[in-house]
Amino acid sequence: MQGIVKRFPGVLANDHVDFTVRRGEIHALLGENGAGKTTLMNILSGLYRPDEGEIRVRGERCVFHSPRDAIARGIGMVHQHFMLVPSQTVAENIILGLDRPRFLLNLPRIEAEVARLAEQYRLLVHPRAKIWQLSVGEQQRVEVLKMLYRGAQILIMDEPTAVLTPQEVRDLFHTLREMARGGHTIIFISHKLDEVLAIADRVTVLRRGRVTAAGLPAQSVTKPELARLMVGREVLFRLSKAPIRPGPVVLAVEELWAESDKGLPALRGVSFQVRSGEVVGIAGVAGNGQSELAQVITGLRRATGGRILVGGQDVTNRPARVVIENGVGHVPEDRSAVGSVPDLGVDENLILKAYREPPIANGPFLDTGAVERHASHLVREFNILTPRLNAPARLLSGGNLQRLILAREVSAQPRLLVAVDPTRGLDVGATEAVHRLLLAQRESGKAILLISEDLDEILALADRILVIYEGQIMGEVAAEGADVNTVGLMMAGTRMPSTAVESG
Amino acid sequence: MADRVIRIEPRLETTRLASVIASVGGLMLALLIGAALLRAAGADPLAAYGAILREAFGTPADWAAGRFYGLSDTIVRATPILLTGLGVLLGFKMRLWNIGAEGQLFMGAWAATGIALFVLPKDTPKPLMLTTMALAGMLAGGLWALIPGALKAWLGVNEIITTLMLNYVAFQWISFFVVAGPWSERGFQLSPQFPESAWLPRLTDYAHRVPAFAGLTAHLGFVFGLVAAAALWLILYRSRWGYEIRVIGDNPQAARYAGMNLARNILLVMFISGALAGLAGMSEVAGVVHRLQDRFSPGYGFSGIIAAWLAKLNPWAILLTSLLFGGLLVGAKQLQPTGIAFMLQGVILFVVIGAEMLTRYRLVIARHQAVPGGLGVPAGLEITPTDPPTRGEG
Amino acid sequence: MDLLQFLINILAAGIATGTPILFAMLGEILAERSGVLNLGVEGMMLMGAVSAFGVSHATGNVGLALLAGMLAAGALSLVHAFVAISLRADQVVSGLALTFLGTGLSAVIGAPLVIVREAVARIPALPIPMLSSIPVIGPILFQQNLVVYLGFILVPLLWFLIHHTRPGLHLRAVGEYPAAADALGINIIALRYLYVFLGGLLAGLGGGALSIAIDPGWLEGKTAGQGWIAVGLVIFAAWDPIRGAFGAYLFGVLRRLPLDLQNPLVPLISTANNPTLGRFLDMLPYLFTIVVLIIGSREALRKRLGAPAALGVPYVRGEK
Repeated sequence: MQGIVKRFPGVLANDHVDFTVRRGEIHALLGENGAGKTTLMNILSGLYRPDEGEIRVRGERCVFHSPRDAIARGIGMVHQHFMLVPSQTVAENIILGLDRPRFLLNLPRIEAEVARLAEQYRLLVHPRAKIWQLSVGEQQRVEVLKMLYRGAQILIMDEPTAVLTPQEVRDLFHTLREMARGGHTIIFISHKLDEVLAIADRVTVLRRGRVTAAGLPAQSVTKPELARLMVGREVLFRLSKAPIRPGPVVLAVEELWAESDKGLPALRGVSFQVRSGEVVGIAGVAGNGQSELAQVITGLRRATGGRILVGGQDVTNRPARVVIENGVGHVPEDRSAVGSVPDLGVDENLILKAYREPPIANGPFLDTGAVERHASHLVREFNILTPRLNAPARLLSGGNLQRLILAREVSAQPRLLVAVDPTRGLDVGATEAVHRLLLAQRESGKAILLISEDLDEILALADRILVIYEGQIMGEVAAEGADVNTVGLMMAGTRMPSTAVESG
Repeated sequence: MADRVIRIEPRLETTRLASVIASVGGLMLALLIGAALLRAAGADPLAAYGAILREAFGTPADWAAGRFYGLSDTIVRATPILLTGLGVLLGFKMRLWNIGAEGQLFMGAWAATGIALFVLPKDTPKPLMLTTMALAGMLAGGLWALIPGALKAWLGVNEIITTLMLNYVAFQWISFFVVAGPWSERGFQLSPQFPESAWLPRLTDYAHRVPAFAGLTAHLGFVFGLVAAAALWLILYRSRWGYEIRVIGDNPQAARYAGMNLARNILLVMFISGALAGLAGMSEVAGVVHRLQDRFSPGYGFSGIIAAWLAKLNPWAILLTSLLFGGLLVGAKQLQPTGIAFMLQGVILFVVIGAEMLTRYRLVIARHQAVPGGLGVPAGLEITPTDPPTRGEG
Repeated sequence: MDLLQFLINILAAGIATGTPILFAMLGEILAERSGVLNLGVEGMMLMGAVSAFGVSHATGNVGLALLAGMLAAGALSLVHAFVAISLRADQVVSGLALTFLGTGLSAVIGAPLVIVREAVARIPALPIPMLSSIPVIGPILFQQNLVVYLGFILVPLLWFLIHHTRPGLHLRAVGEYPAAADALGINIIALRYLYVFLGGLLAGLGGGALSIAIDPGWLEGKTAGQGWIAVGLVIFAAWDPIRGAFGAYLFGVLRRLPLDLQNPLVPLISTANNPTLGRFLDMLPYLFTIVVLIIGSREALRKRLGAPAALGVPYVRGEK
């Protein structure tokens, strides 16, 4: 790929990028969120068209009008968010979009073919299973099989390990190495330095849409070097944290049970406590009950068993409003779909929790002067960048929207703050700002429950780390000197005795 | 290799000016399309439009001579459109599609008729009679809308079809009473006339004080509409409840997250929406013909929906759009065939939607050329106003 | 008349009455399966009805008339398709606009046709030899109008198309998870246009079936809400043609009830002596639709037999 340029409204995603890959190698494309890696690969796989630049496959110039053209050339992409139709079977998903079978579907024959392919590459799935029944790791296998079925020689994997346990990651790497040995070429997109160094033959680094290092052999580069290429300055891997001085218990969760949307048990007897002045981190691979845990605690989902006590008050299964009134703030995992109201102004978003009480409320009315003062105060204090106070919230960038949400939740002075994936999709600068804010809240005596898929984030912020797996707490470790392997084992389902010291 | 690339890009923000231009431009375009359709159906568009304008508003010569019949008739027609439109507007703000305004209007008319003819004695003082009728109309319309509202709030049933089906049930209900039924007068398809105490005051009632008012049938119902518009604006933009409505309408998940009670709001909003339509029904029977007739509404409830949408759900703008449609109905009365008004309304709605969406995009014509160097991004990392939007783009 | 005869009569009449709705419903199933909500069915049916009637009156050729009806409705559906798919406007409002447009336009076009009383060429009934002699079933199923037989064929045909062919697989994918289909090179926009158009053709077929076969004639608002009922039936059908057919025919029977009970010879109850009952029965089809929706909504919640997941959501590439 040479001279690739791609623009979106408001952002230059790829800025004259050159990218070369050799056959039979595993080539990692490294960069943080927003660097342009997925965009570049979306161009290569035919989903987007570049504004400028050209692509050559095996020496020949190619123009891809659609993913079909790319696949015809042997390029297939496994996306970070799986492109699978949940209600259809594995076999149906694999043949979706193909020109054979012409008209009639002979499902038994197709299923047999899929089974044979799965056998060949050791990517075992049942062809007749429906996608929504499969685990995330199995779904990923379906995506790979989908590309292999189409004869893809060049396979692009976009952040494939984000949803896998450490064991599954090992299996995936094994499979990828086998495929590379067999002549396939793998392009591996990631923002995780350790993985890149573990699996790749060569590395290309993108930062803010431009290439900062091309085709570096993986053996010849170190982690700090890669980090600097990725981010542009020395990265503080840990923010400095004041020693912990926990106070009384603010949140107590006892034997909590809850169901997922599909009616399956998502929480199975979870118990833990959070004290004021401490950050408790809940680590785990996405989909093990974290979302449900946050929702039950904040009153957005029913608990089918157990109790939740905030400041000693039983708030189990009370409406969300009661939980909020008991001093619980919630930074939700989806900031635009849940945490904000896109067409209402920034000022109106900021009063989402405060509108029921004076000074914002004036009897049954809203005091517009108070709303404006409230908004301008928060915008200033939290550095929310917005063209006007009443600009619609959907215009804000991810980082600014998160700042809005944090401003809103924190300014309500809750005694417990539940933060779920607070820095997902944010760049390093915004992430740092969020982390500083959370630590400041910890200093001022708030209790913080941090639920995150990002283990690094938990390691950086938490005082105590609990690991959740299939709805149960597998164990607890103190963050100070935590052993990543132990945590990884817990994330994969091994129960460990708690190594945290219970502070009086 | 293309030398010039023409692309359609979404805009980040639309200005209010662009929106207004789109609406007005859309209206013009709709009238053009309507003209084409009229020509195709064998009518003369210019004559038709001319006739409409003349009937609806009157010529300047008429105004100079003190003849305001056109304007007055337009106000009369606009009144039920305004009231139902306001009710529908409230629902739409919360993304509740109340298509049943027509049926709620009918039920309101029915209840008001019942009060006027059978419940209260003939000599009840006018204020008491009219107030009771209005309340009855609002109650009936409100309850009629509450049924689909409850189904939506508690069972998640889509309100579009339920409100619509209840329209047809309401038509049958009225027909039952008025067509060879218990209320029908001497075998005709209408009820007996209301007593004087049940007549809404009209301009012409004050002709003895203001001679220019003679013969003008605009009635108090329009004032109901004005009051309702003001009240709605106050509620939606200055009250806590209105804030909740707007949040729920824009993002129900965020509303739940903020602790708002969706079910209760659905019930409340549907009730008030129906109540306003019911009031429209009451004002029609008490203000215009002073009796209940089968099929007395030429689709006011549906015109209200279009008027609300055209007004972009703004309570003040709906005053204008309801007058527009009122005028259309008055003017089109002279035309054959009568479906023209409805057809034009449909065309207007379509074109306005289309125009509105077009304001969200812009045409970009870019030249394909090498850009010397690159766009400099400052080295190092600071939080600058050009924070790139990160939508998960890796 | 004995009870059995009454039942045979009403079932046979019900199937015929339900056929126009059946066609409209099948069309809407296709459109919604592709992810586009088209609430303009009533308007499209009316355009189909008036066009078919008009062409039949003018040319005497029923085949041409039916085709005209289908194309008129199809053309209208393309307007909605453009606004909803390409311009990505709110599909509910666009559909409503289509209804208004179709209703108004059909009234305008049809005004001169209302007074037409002389026999207009219509599609005939055709008893099938041998099969129609089977006791009970024969008169119900095999002594019907040609369009009814068309309905019998279309239902299983569409079912097979949706579930057992490649185009059907693509249709379902586009409505459930368009991003996946797009990533595999399927043209979402084109397919959605196609299925909305097919939906329009079928709605027009329904309207034509009504005005020149089942209930010949034209009045303003001929369909009296049947287009809307078709939309409701789609939900009851759980987007499946066969289940929907059951609902459509049941609806047809309910619609016939007040008419057939007018005959004083009917045992049990006759509305000739009981007009209140007659009025109530007129309301029945609409109340039935509400009940149908309630059932449909509850089941959808329980059995995860939900709507196509992407229904009503405009597709934008690159947005997650």
